[in-house]
Amino acid sequence: MRDTDYNFAYLDEQTKRMIRRAILKGVAVPGYQVPFASREMPMPYGWGTGGVQVTAACLTPEDTLKVIDQGADDTTNAVSIRKFFEKTAEIAVTERTAEATIIQTRHRIPETPLTEAQILVYQVPMPEPLRFLEPSEVETRKMHALQDYGLMHVKLYEDIARHGEIATAYSYPVMVEDRYVMSPSPIPKFDNPRLVSAALQLFGAGREQRIYAVPPHTRVVSLDFEDHPFDPSKAPHPCALCGAEDSYLDEVITDDRGSRMFVCSDTDYCAGRRGEAA
Amino acid sequence: MTPLLDVQSLGKSYGGRIGCADVSLRLYPGEVLGIVGESGSGKSTLLNCLAGHLPPDTGRVIFDTRAEGPRDVLTMSEPERRMLGRTDWAFVHQNPRDGLRMRISAGGNVGERLMAVGARHYGEIRAQATDWLARVEIAEARIDDRPSAFSGGMQQRLQIARNLVTGPRLVFMDEPTGGLDVSVQARLLDLIRGLVRRMGLSAIVVTHDLAVVRLLADRLMVMKDGHVIETGLTDQVLDDPQAPYTQLLVSSVLQV
Repeated sequence: MRDTDYNFAYLDEQTKRMIRRAILKGVAVPGYQVPFASREMPMPYGWGTGGVQVTAACLTPEDTLKVIDQGADDTTNAVSIRKFFEKTAEIAVTERTAEATIIQTRHRIPETPLTEAQILVYQVPMPEPLRFLEPSEVETRKMHALQDYGLMHVKLYEDIARHGEIATAYSYPVMVEDRYVMSPSPIPKFDNPRLVSAALQLFGAGREQRIYAVPPHTRVVSLDFEDHPFDPSKAPHPCALCGAEDSYLDEVITDDRGSRMFVCSDTDYCAGRRGEAA
Repeated sequence: MTPLLDVQSLGKSYGGRIGCADVSLRLYPGEVLGIVGESGSGKSTLLNCLAGHLPPDTGRVIFDTRAEGPRDVLTMSEPERRMLGRTDWAFVHQNPRDGLRMRISAGGNVGERLMAVGARHYGEIRAQATDWLARVEIAEARIDDRPSAFSGGMQQRLQIARNLVTGPRLVFMDEPTGGLDVSVQARLLDLIRGLVRRMGLSAIVVTHDLAVVRLLADRLMVMKDGHVIETGLTDQVLDDPQAPYTQLLVSSVLQV
């Protein structure tokens, strides 16, 4: 008997079973949004209630958990979710990507390549990629069912017509296994190529009550035009701290006279490189 | 000759009330059929049933498809019907707001049907959109403007361009000139007539405006209370109406 008053990982066993069934269905149909009975969690919507429920359903006592928010381990959201599971599940936690078995993330994929022994859980605010084009849920579900995706390209067309290039920089729509168009949650489009991964990727949207999944080594293609191909762009600088040229950068304003620096958004990756350099 | 559209005893009722009953018609390639009648006579119900927007209760709608010849549209699967709806068919709504995406530029509106059938080359989509805007007399410079910045007549012309860009063979029009002032109406009618003739389109035009059918339609169908009460060549029906209701309709037109 553990000395906490919570059931393991907060949720009761029946709820976890229900979520696991949704996850299994999601894995069986990559990219398809499975409805599930999302629970009230002890945190507000938009703070990762969907991701927390998926993580809770996947956790075992032997797991090591890492939580990141915009790539960083030490932001409020990441710290509080990590504490939440330390308290309710008494599992080991880490900030090292390579040591974690489950990684819950908001808005980033870690720079360090993931392995088949890892699960990446995304917090998703808006699971429906077609939502801002088509307000009706009935209609968007029909569009998914019939693979009726012309509208998605209308959005990219509008981008080019207005900005001269595809200006969508995050939440860039992808096609999963030539079947479902999926929103990769608001990760920067720089991360899109890494959606093809060895790790199992699970997406949980608490408020919208949807779970979807990308199983390991699934084909994920970013949508584009033949004459305007997909471009995973990033700020054209090296990291000011570790010098990395291949990582996604955050722009940090350092004073009120226009000084700025670009640093890795993945804090573990940056710290690891500096450890190596020192 | 195989009719392009062969409708057999189509019926639709809303509970106990009749929408339209026992309507049969044949439309041949290149022909324009007008449907007239007063408000509530079942014109729009009929058109919506034909275009697949409403499921009819009885009857068959047989369309001569490009690939497989005559097929009953009502027994087609939903993806097939949607495909038909954006390739060989077109639907021009009375209110352009129903047929356009108001928050997307004119070019995007015209390009949507192309992208829906698989076009993935931005330059080509844009070239076709430019070409079609010119055909409906919209300046090329307005291609990136939203339809909400267009006048009513321009919106209606944009809707027509958006519908005709995939080269459909059958166009359904529901009061295409409704709500426009007379001079704009005249120009729009002229444009539609030109396009229909040049592209060899078949069309079904629903309207309560007899002047519109006189200009556009080859044949005419008069409806009242859900039933077809008279059919014939347009000039014949308008100049020598047989049914009492048609006589009333023709004599009610205001003379200037």
